[in-house]
Amino acid sequence: MIKKERHVLVIFPHPDDEAFGVSGTISLYREMGVPVTYACLTLGEMGRNLGNPPFANRETLPQIRKSELKKACEAMGLDDLRMMGLRDKTIEFEDDEKMVQLVTDLMEETNPSLVISFYPGLSVHPDHDASARAVVRAVRRISETERPTLYTIAFANNTIEVLGEPDITHDITTVSKKKFAALQSHASQTVWMMKDMEKKLEAQDPDAMKWFQNERFYTYRWDRDFE
Amino acid sequence: MEKVKPEHLQELITSFANKDVYIHLETTNGSYAAHFNEGFFNAGAFIRNIVIKYELGKVAGESPHRIGLKLPSGWIYAQGITHYKVDEHGRLLMAGLDPEGKLAVALEISETPFTY
Repeated sequence: MIKKERHVLVIFPHPDDEAFGVSGTISLYREMGVPVTYACLTLGEMGRNLGNPPFANRETLPQIRKSELKKACEAMGLDDLRMMGLRDKTIEFEDDEKMVQLVTDLMEETNPSLVISFYPGLSVHPDHDASARAVVRAVRRISETERPTLYTIAFANNTIEVLGEPDITHDITTVSKKKFAALQSHASQTVWMMKDMEKKLEAQDPDAMKWFQNERFYTYRWDRDFE
Repeated sequence: MEKVKPEHLQELITSFANKDVYIHLETTNGSYAAHFNEGFFNAGAFIRNIVIKYELGKVAGESPHRIGLKLPSGWIYAQGITHYKVDEHGRLLMAGLDPEGKLAVALEISETPFTY
């Protein structure tokens, strides 16, 4: 069972980050009636999958990904999507204080009891790490007694070495279809992967199945702060 | 976008010569290259909405093609261009797509600014 929250604020830089990492969790919270706000910082403008023959080009991709993102939110039952208007692959070059303020503003407005984002330095893509730094810094500024819990996702190859195993596991089997639909919504990014995934799920491949069984998080530890 | 027809592309590139034009130029291996292939040296470059004026532009080589733009005191070039299109805004979009359909290089020329 997952704990009921007052409000959950999810912050990721790319349409589809939420589908891979937290679409089961978001779906569960929505079924419990917990309000969830998803702030998606970019539209994944620099995505590389255009197809050959191409289905999109550099200039049309953002609009395609925007409609995919909206579809994914529908699949999860999420009705508060914020598209923050930054450009893919540029987050780390934005002013650091501006980024902290962006997160602070979102938290002041939504008053979350739980924030979900990436873990700084262990999230592979520079946008993931930059978003994570901004989120951690903004949450850190809130007094300890008022601070929301912060769940983080880390998937760098050395994650287990640095952080050990995640301390939070959400059983998402009851909403596995919603997660599958959220992943499928991001077709420009996932269509090849999902075809392969379907075959593996039919064959009951354990690595494929675990995507739809559990979502795991590291509660951010302020006694082991990244900076 | 469709596969480059070199003569047609040459005409299009020439049509933008000697005008102030906005450029988008990008090369990329993707941000996950060194995650999936540890030790991979990931390099790339990106400029967008830079205004230039070129005096000569050429399509060179067999597919994938090379595109070079000669400026009054400098150069722009892109290699690996496979596809092109003039979009509804009259912008010339060129891209190099690998066999899996992943963009490796893009060069775009427009008389009006690209979005952010």
